[in-house]
Amino acid sequence: MSTVDPASRELSEYRKMEASVTISETTEFEGDRELLTLNLGPHHPATHGVLRLLVTLDGEVIRRLQPIFGYLHTGIEKTAEQKSYWKAIPVVERMDYVSYYFNAMAYCGAVEALLEVEIPKRAQYLRVIHLELNRIMSHLVFLGTSALDLGAISVWWYCFRERETLLDLFEMSSGQRMHTRYFQIGGVIEDIPEGWIEQVRKFCAIMPERADTYGDLLNKNEIFLQRQRDVCPLPAETLREYGVTGPLLRAAGDPWDLRKTMPYSSYEDFDFKIPVGTKGDNYDRFQVRLAEVKESVKIVVQALDNLPDGPTITEDRKIALPPRHELATSMEALIHHFKLVTEGMRVPEGEAYYAIEGARGELGCFVRSDGSSKPARVHMRDPSLVNLQAAPAAAEGWLIADMLATVAMFDPIIGGVDR
Amino acid sequence: MPDAATLERLVGSLKASDADSVIGTVESPGRVAIEVKPQSIVGSLEVLRAAGYGFLASVHGIDYYPNEPRLGVDYELLSREACDRVALTLRVSTEDPHLPSVTPSWPCANNQEREAFDMFGLIFDGHPDLRRILMPEDYEGHPQRRDFPIGGEPVLFTHNEHNVPRWFE
Repeated sequence: MSTVDPASRELSEYRKMEASVTISETTEFEGDRELLTLNLGPHHPATHGVLRLLVTLDGEVIRRLQPIFGYLHTGIEKTAEQKSYWKAIPVVERMDYVSYYFNAMAYCGAVEALLEVEIPKRAQYLRVIHLELNRIMSHLVFLGTSALDLGAISVWWYCFRERETLLDLFEMSSGQRMHTRYFQIGGVIEDIPEGWIEQVRKFCAIMPERADTYGDLLNKNEIFLQRQRDVCPLPAETLREYGVTGPLLRAAGDPWDLRKTMPYSSYEDFDFKIPVGTKGDNYDRFQVRLAEVKESVKIVVQALDNLPDGPTITEDRKIALPPRHELATSMEALIHHFKLVTEGMRVPEGEAYYAIEGARGELGCFVRSDGSSKPARVHMRDPSLVNLQAAPAAAEGWLIADMLATVAMFDPIIGGVDR
Repeated sequence: MPDAATLERLVGSLKASDADSVIGTVESPGRVAIEVKPQSIVGSLEVLRAAGYGFLASVHGIDYYPNEPRLGVDYELLSREACDRVALTLRVSTEDPHLPSVTPSWPCANNQEREAFDMFGLIFDGHPDLRRILMPEDYEGHPQRRDFPIGGEPVLFTHNEHNVPRWFE
């Protein structure tokens, strides 16, 4: 045991700094009204993870809102720099843990831009199918948890029933329910298994109806409506100023969607609409996402109908592993396999920024290559981090209960904020 | 990525507003970044905003170790009318990592500049609230720098806790 007497120890630098802070009773006033500063979170069921909100209240009215991040920081960007390009995919997927296919897509897209590699059409379609299923899954999690925050518990059970079906589909196509590592640099890891398409079709047949059911459950719920309608609206102009993208911006009437405006991965082949709101209040934010679920189903059905034949990953052996049967017969295949597994692929020097329409907005991945087999920098422009900047503007002046509804409607995933 | 003519026009208008602001262009497949002097970043962004690139999508730091000047900041701009992206980039040294903050004119850069400060030690002069955002406030060093070691912190177990200084605090 240590024999140091705690009383005689000299204070560490940090403890000195801490001691110099006076946690005094400085009360803030606004006119003659006393303000209360309240710490909400980081562990609070309504903050969707470990988001800490420092709120200054005048009675129940919010005067100042300050989100504080970092409680889920795991250094994924740093970790990705230590791994070869293809081994960084699993860590990148874990950033925003509800939309892992999007993370993988943004990262793979950035590396593919550096490699200037052509993705086979079938792989692009399979990516679109999985991205849209993931979008539905992410919106279901949003719908369930935010309704739960407003006291509607049954919606949560229904949403997670459908989410479970989706996770089963992911498990069928890749072997994993979450963080599937299905997207690879150059395509997807393998073709979909027998019977998968029928299962997806079955899901697509019931999902629009189910989405309507959830809509009915909430649209006829007076408590839900009163807490959503005309609550915390923000005009599109303000949202753009704060860099907000995705369903939040569309709820304010700005039909900006990267799938339409700057298509990637063959999104130009599909016919779908972009749902927009009119007021930009919480109700629109909820409705836009519910409508997006149905549009995503449409895209999945079209992609299944027109799914082209062909390879599911690039034939370039310097990027993608050779098929198993070639290893027994071809020396080159064996060498490529060995080089890829041990060292990884070398990516030409350069920088790439690849942005996709994630479930929460523009998900951009910046990758810098120094010519070696490990990325020199991986940065994810995560929509959650940027979107939350508008939360104070939306919630200030409203009641604390409205703020909780608004944070739920902003749908931040703290894994994406903190990375 | 803008075509050659547009890029030339953009560089021309940058030079017209501040003759020696542009250092050069950095081209990669599918992406072009205009390198500007750190002190002229606010003005350069305004020029590009006037040219239609009105959405600042991302601000992030980069460490070019071992090249000098080591640190860099990228500003990814998006033109919603032309559906086109262009980046501004700049380089500062680790000895003098100061550059003007763009948060007063682009509120969307707030959190991202704080993150670049936290991870790389880039000091954005004029930022309204430049504090660490992801690491704890008493953390020493800037972990995303390339020379910052990984695994440098001892893991506390019951068998070694007495060897770790000040474990009882």
